[in-house]
Amino acid sequence: MTVQTAPEKLLPKDYATDQEVRWCPGCGDYAILKAVQKTLAEIEADPANTVFISGIGCAARFPYYMETYGFHTIHGRAPAFATGIKLANPDLDVWVVGGDGDGLSIGGNHTMHAIRRNVDITYLLFNNEIYGLTKGQYSPTSRLGTRSPSTPHGSIDSPVSALQFALGANARFVARGIDRRIDHLPGLLAKSHAHKGCSFVEIIQNCIVYNDGAFEHFTEKDVKAENQVEVEHGQPIIWGADGNKALQFDAKTFKLEVVTIGENGVTEADVLVHDEKNRLLAQMIAAMEPPHFPIAIGVLFNDPDDFSYEQAVHAQNDMVKQNAKHAGDMNALLRSGATWTVT
Amino acid sequence: MEGGTAAAQLDTGRQEMDSAVVRFAGDSGDGMQLTGSQFTQATALAGNDLATFPDFPAEIRAPVGTTFGVSAFQINFGARQIRTSGDELDVLIAMNPAALKVNLEDVRKGGLVIVDTGSFTDKNFRKAGYESDPLEDGSVDGFRVLKIDMSRLTMESVKEFGLSQKEGLRSKNMWALGLVYWLFDRDTEVTANWLKGKFAKRPDIANANIGAMMAGHAFGETAEMPEEITTHVIPPANIKPGLYRAVTGSDAMAWGLCAGSQLAGTEMLFAGYPITPASALLHALAPLKDFNITTFQAEDEIAAVCAAIGGSYAGALGITSSSGPGIALKGEAIGLAVAVELPLIIVNSQRGGPSTGLPTKTEQSDLYQAVYGRNGDTPLAVVSCSGPGDAFHAAIEACRIATKYMTPVMLLTDGYINNASEPWLIPDMADFEPFPVTYRTDPENFQPFSRDEFLARPWVKPGTPGLMHRIGGIEKDYTSGNISYDAMNHQRMTDVRRDKILNIANDIPEQAVELGNDSGKLAVLGWGSTYGPINRAVANLREDGVDVSHIHLRHIWPLPRNLGDLLGQYDQVLIPEMNDGQLITVIRSEYLIDAIPLNKVTGKPFKINEIENAVHGAIDN
Ligand code: SF4
Repeated sequence: MTVQTAPEKLLPKDYATDQEVRWCPGCGDYAILKAVQKTLAEIEADPANTVFISGIGCAARFPYYMETYGFHTIHGRAPAFATGIKLANPDLDVWVVGGDGDGLSIGGNHTMHAIRRNVDITYLLFNNEIYGLTKGQYSPTSRLGTRSPSTPHGSIDSPVSALQFALGANARFVARGIDRRIDHLPGLLAKSHAHKGCSFVEIIQNCIVYNDGAFEHFTEKDVKAENQVEVEHGQPIIWGADGNKALQFDAKTFKLEVVTIGENGVTEADVLVHDEKNRLLAQMIAAMEPPHFPIAIGVLFNDPDDFSYEQAVHAQNDMVKQNAKHAGDMNALLRSGATWTVT
Repeated sequence: MEGGTAAAQLDTGRQEMDSAVVRFAGDSGDGMQLTGSQFTQATALAGNDLATFPDFPAEIRAPVGTTFGVSAFQINFGARQIRTSGDELDVLIAMNPAALKVNLEDVRKGGLVIVDTGSFTDKNFRKAGYESDPLEDGSVDGFRVLKIDMSRLTMESVKEFGLSQKEGLRSKNMWALGLVYWLFDRDTEVTANWLKGKFAKRPDIANANIGAMMAGHAFGETAEMPEEITTHVIPPANIKPGLYRAVTGSDAMAWGLCAGSQLAGTEMLFAGYPITPASALLHALAPLKDFNITTFQAEDEIAAVCAAIGGSYAGALGITSSSGPGIALKGEAIGLAVAVELPLIIVNSQRGGPSTGLPTKTEQSDLYQAVYGRNGDTPLAVVSCSGPGDAFHAAIEACRIATKYMTPVMLLTDGYINNASEPWLIPDMADFEPFPVTYRTDPENFQPFSRDEFLARPWVKPGTPGLMHRIGGIEKDYTSGNISYDAMNHQRMTDVRRDKILNIANDIPEQAVELGNDSGKLAVLGWGSTYGPINRAVANLREDGVDVSHIHLRHIWPLPRNLGDLLGQYDQVLIPEMNDGQLITVIRSEYLIDAIPLNKVTGKPFKINEIENAVHGAIDN
């Protein structure tokens, strides 16, 4: 084990480097950076044992701002690097940071495989529904009709839903947060980090330069109560300015419905209770979006496996080692099988 | 040429031969590779030197009886040093008409052709593209032909074991092997023991195969053979004493990588993605977990190299492996490893290109890709191996350079080397100088891109207290490693990356002459698997008094520091390559030497006489 106990409790600022943060003023990434630093302080993460891995994009600058180990790699491949790192040293605490283009377009394949293998990483996908670093082209999460330099007449291909994709890849943990919800994000990140295995977190992030206001219909003060719902395991799914909007499951149509407690005979007992171990429910909640539904944030799914990928690999390695014929003796290996002597 | 020289008639009635070339050819389902490797074992045990050439069809299950489904295994063995799998065949075993059709042109005039007439049917003639029976229409004129209904004789020999027709016929290859064992006076015991082990759970199948082999052998002993069918004996070769084994290039490479990471004192993370002919390396390493190896089959070629780099970043020796198309995919990540200066070994089992090209055929056409094939000024070291056993030593050298210089190393092998086997004097690990790595742990004055006397930066394992730092593909400040867009800093970083690699030339042996003198009329300069034919051709020519020498490269980049001067000592330099002329471009550009090209991309190794002719062509003009 390489885990070191930090001498005294570190503060969020102790996790920040001296490097000048180079995101556009007002970018949602700043809030996420703060939330992550706050989370690390809260969970008392050992900076020496913490590694941030990123690909390419605005979000991918993240490691440079974290006073931990960090590796800014190439476009889309961060999960593959992270997999190698965890295989070589399972004790490291590895975070992957990337944007929607990085993780779902060029790197979609690696995202899928890191998730389905269940590599023990915390994957933060900053979703701003646009390519920022390359100056504003539409992305795989951009909504239909998005006008951008590469789609001047509007995009015509349907977007991917990050969380549905992750659940489809058999994710054991998916969560969603919002850059503007700094009250909610650190707690969510701590829970995500606590899950052993691949924790996949979509963080809705506003790109103030190329896609400003893309999420204002559920993030602005006046609409957020009606259009966001925080799900919590074992709790009824309720939201709204008056706290009386609720979700109901219609078993006949196999659909979710928005109902109002106190209207049409609906009582709190009729409300759907969130079960974070129910993958089907997680799929349905992940798919919800305004205007018909609120957007769900919190831990949507959390059903940890007994082993993460790298644990299983090393368990198998150890088992084979115990019964190995040559026990690492190179000379014995070279002399195994048919040999003959020339005199 | 190599192979096929008769010497004397012995009292036993057997003719003594200096060496012989035999090829087993049949349908891909006929078990020719297995037959060939058994014959190789028996021949090695008989004390001959040998070289083999397995030749598989590209399709996994090509239609039975077709020419593109033909699988062949060639072996050259002798009482003297054998350096190639042989130019011309002395004996061809053709299990069906397609095998005859594909391979007959390689049999020397007067050579022996053994055919299984049981498969010489009208239907099979058509499948092979023969209009009539080739055994009757003059196709085999000029050869000695032994026609045997092996199918029927095999069925008779396995009758007592109660197998189905289909299962019984599977022993046909063993019947043929038995006959060839008789022909060359080989011991059947090794194969019998091997069969017992392989089919330990199906003694009926083991016995049927052994029965068929013994029947084939007995047939040779007892049947009345035509007069021109002679049997042979090939005395043991005079080879260096010691303990030997047969080894294929991919096994030797796998073991060399293990040995290299042990000598470096690191764990190994080997990440690959299935591709022909590179997969054999992943297969060879996957069981060796007791050597502190973790193998990882990634989701694609890019993920494989990225995981390997991740492994190196975390302190293991990261290794990835592929063939040309896969190496192309890895290019961007290899550039990152150059930029962040982490150890990495990229093994390229070269095959015919471009694109998918000829996956099962050998070629040396990725030299440009290895030396130059990345965006930006992105130098790395390139090491190559010249034969199956040599892959072991080349792999150790790659591990040494990668860890000492904190750099990616491209390790070149090819499909031929991977699959071919040769007797190998087993090395003793005590004879290798360890090159243990040191991981930086001291926080005092730590700078991620400070350099030692070899210009290598420190290797720091994440998890080390007090050394937290960030690295990445964006240009870095010369010492701190922080992002830097400064123009002069980029110039300085480009220079130091180049110098670091070029300096390796001071840490590798000076180029020696493999065979011949260190000056003269002509040097044949080779690299990789052309070693065998070049060496034999030069030996033959020198026996005839021709002033020619053989120089063979281990280090493709940087080149040995004396190479330019050495080549300058010869009037002419000939460079045979299984590509359209790649090393020659590097040699011309580095040393302004107007070398003569000799290029071949037929998917087959050079023949000795092709090189002999080229040497004569250059010298005699
Ligand atoms: S381009 Fe957009 S996402 Fe990128 S830093 Fe600027 S505001 Fe943030």
